[in-house]
Amino acid sequence: MTALTADVAIVGGGLHGCSTALHLARAGATAIVVEKNHVGRHASGVNAGGVRTLARHEAEIPLALESLEIWHRIEELVDDDCGFESHGQIRVAENDADVALLHERQGRLRDLGYSHERWIDPPELFERVPALARHCLGGLIAERDGAALPYRTTAAFRRKAEALGQRVLEGTRVLDVAREGQGWRIDTSAGPISAGVLVNCAGAWADRICAQIGEPVPLEPVALMMMVTLRMPAFLRPVVIGTGRPLSFKQTAEGTVLIGGGRRARLDRDAETTELDFGELAASAAMVRELFPVMHGAVVNRGWAGIEARMPDDIPVIGPSSRAPHLFHQFGFSAHGFELGPVVGRIVAELVTSGRTTAPIAPFSIDRFDAGAARG
Amino acid sequence: MSAVDTLRAEYELAIVGAGPAGMAAATAASARGISTVLFDEQAAPGGQIYRAVTTTPLQRREILGDDYWHGRTLADALLASTAAYSPRSMVWAATRIENGFELAVSRAGRAQLVRAAHLIVATGAEERPFPIPGWTLPGVMTAGAAQILLKTAGVVPGSGTVVAGSGPLLYLVLAQFAAAGASVDAVLDTTPPGRFRAAWRDAAGFATSPYLGKGLALLRRARAAGRVVRGVESLEAIGDGRVERVRYRVGGTTHEIACSSLLLHQGVVPNINFANAIGCAQHWDDAQACFVPSVDAWGTSSVAGVTLAGDGAGIAGARAAEAHGTIAALNAACALGRIDRAQRDAAGTQAQAERSRWLRGRRFLDLAYRPSPQFRVPSGTTLVCRCEEVTAQQVIDSVRLGCTGPNQMKSFLRCGMGPCQGRMCGLTVSELIAQERRSTPEEIGHYRLRFPIKPVTLGELASLPQTEASEQAVVRLPR
Repeated sequence: MTALTADVAIVGGGLHGCSTALHLARAGATAIVVEKNHVGRHASGVNAGGVRTLARHEAEIPLALESLEIWHRIEELVDDDCGFESHGQIRVAENDADVALLHERQGRLRDLGYSHERWIDPPELFERVPALARHCLGGLIAERDGAALPYRTTAAFRRKAEALGQRVLEGTRVLDVAREGQGWRIDTSAGPISAGVLVNCAGAWADRICAQIGEPVPLEPVALMMMVTLRMPAFLRPVVIGTGRPLSFKQTAEGTVLIGGGRRARLDRDAETTELDFGELAASAAMVRELFPVMHGAVVNRGWAGIEARMPDDIPVIGPSSRAPHLFHQFGFSAHGFELGPVVGRIVAELVTSGRTTAPIAPFSIDRFDAGAARG
Repeated sequence: MSAVDTLRAEYELAIVGAGPAGMAAATAASARGISTVLFDEQAAPGGQIYRAVTTTPLQRREILGDDYWHGRTLADALLASTAAYSPRSMVWAATRIENGFELAVSRAGRAQLVRAAHLIVATGAEERPFPIPGWTLPGVMTAGAAQILLKTAGVVPGSGTVVAGSGPLLYLVLAQFAAAGASVDAVLDTTPPGRFRAAWRDAAGFATSPYLGKGLALLRRARAAGRVVRGVESLEAIGDGRVERVRYRVGGTTHEIACSSLLLHQGVVPNINFANAIGCAQHWDDAQACFVPSVDAWGTSSVAGVTLAGDGAGIAGARAAEAHGTIAALNAACALGRIDRAQRDAAGTQAQAERSRWLRGRRFLDLAYRPSPQFRVPSGTTLVCRCEEVTAQQVIDSVRLGCTGPNQMKSFLRCGMGPCQGRMCGLTVSELIAQERRSTPEEIGHYRLRFPIKPVTLGELASLPQTEASEQAVVRLPR
């Protein structure tokens, strides 16, 4: 069979893979995205859609802030507004320990020169979130944050990439990757692909690509549960997240309420299926009722879980392979990769086409796990 | 055992649905000493076909007919058995655990978890969607819903009622109306002309079906309910704020008839939501034009520990469902290690023969009453998803934007994400996408359904025993 050829082969048709394909096209490089299911099938298509710079790991903040600027002009990039709306995100403090933690964080961020997270006292908090229970003591707000529609966003990046000439092979499974001359040969269920550069955007399955080139990585597949209610009268504009307790809470434009926050479903990675843990969802429901009394009679219509890769330090792997040339990694976003999709695609496209980037990606090097092993 | 007040934490066998299959399965399984619980949403056993058979105010047997009253023997046997019968109980989730399943069940506004080593899913049939222009207007309802009013409260249609569609259940409802002394203004029969002759040619086995005699008598009695217009080619409900008239075409000529109530029906399809959500494989049945879970002769599904029984495993009718319930109980007994395969096969001979008898000629009914494409696959501004008000044209447009299947389309349009959770649009959407992509529904697939399979309040959910969230179990934000 004649191999398909492109400058770059991207494994994984999530938001990151599609974003990288799009940015490569803008830089004049051809790419083929290989997706085993359909674009946006797992975490990219079914996450909470949070566009959040709030409560980021310090290493991620510069990337998240740059990505947020892209989000605010997302239509210019992908010809679709992606359902993005910016009503801010607020991290609420429910007790003195939460208050201390958030104050300490705000001070630390100020020392680092960041001002995107701002403390708000109860009057402003309750003005912004009137439905919030009155035991809350304040919070940190990131006013330019917001939320978008995840599947629509991922599909928009894919469509724009295709419009610029990139190819997306859905229902196509990567069987093997191997060095071939200066580049790569990727054997897929739809035949071989020859490419100069390989980008690993395979999400919860990215460690399998790493294993094939002898670069083990401590990736843990996780499935994070979400639930959504029937439509309710509008009562909330910003996204609200918890401090001491796991919660992500938002009301969508059509009135449904999305409840998430990092609680896990049971997961079968090979079958690509998840089993909801109703004990965990019950805990989530009880917490939501405490924080939002208006939710007492809310009707839960659907629960699900998106399959995602988590790294031990909860930050992603971005950058060149430490074992093989012309291979770049872009995975392990640990349940908060959606907001970063637009900028990391740009950064990886820059790495692929020029071999370097000005973005501060050193903390995301895959080497860091080697170092840990050496110290251990 | 009559209805139980409290549930145990664990049973060997849990059965969902107390129609003919569920009742027969519970009776047969408990007779073998298997600890059995039977959950059902209704207040009394019977399912849809025998709904209210122990409580109906219509005590004159001829109104609902002998076939209906047969259900009483099943209900009596169930109530005399040792099975725990749990009415007014909604099983809204099932998750696989070690050695079985954990079911989330709501009763009287509170939820609890019940474990079972084996599951029999007997969720029965539901009416096929009938997406014609105006089908969501107030005053338009399904014939099945009208039949529920008849069975449970003795309510019959008033003047200005028009009935439209096709299928055995439509004629049964009409015959029951006639027996109750009610009439309808018109019956707009959408069965395509020549269907019976063609079906007879391809499925002569119907000559030996017990349904042949029943069916002929039913058609005769149904005719007494009102004037029948045959060969109806198109339908449209029209009205300002509620239905006022029906426009229909026969032989290329358009007619209108005034009405205040329009009852629609074009057959039943398996209610697959529970089986789908728990992961049972399913396939497209082209004769019945619907998705059907894939099972063997014993109801064994693709998910270990789940047996499917009755019309939920493929439309075959109440008497076949009853036999299937007995068969499923034997299959469960085998899976639970009570009997071996040979014993199962021997014990099931009679029920299998009974089921075969009632399945004889099924193909005739499938062929004769398969709804025409124009009544299954709408176009233009006709609503597909009534919960989220998504039109056929919007679905078609989403295909052109790159949606290749119902699950992507759902993410795009919210189609199927409303309170009915896809029951009213699932088949329509799969067929519409298939048509647009020049593919087949089998290839396109059905919605991937999720628990809870029926909406549940946050309060009910919070009333479940909670897992103490461990540090390990939660992905946390940085400090």
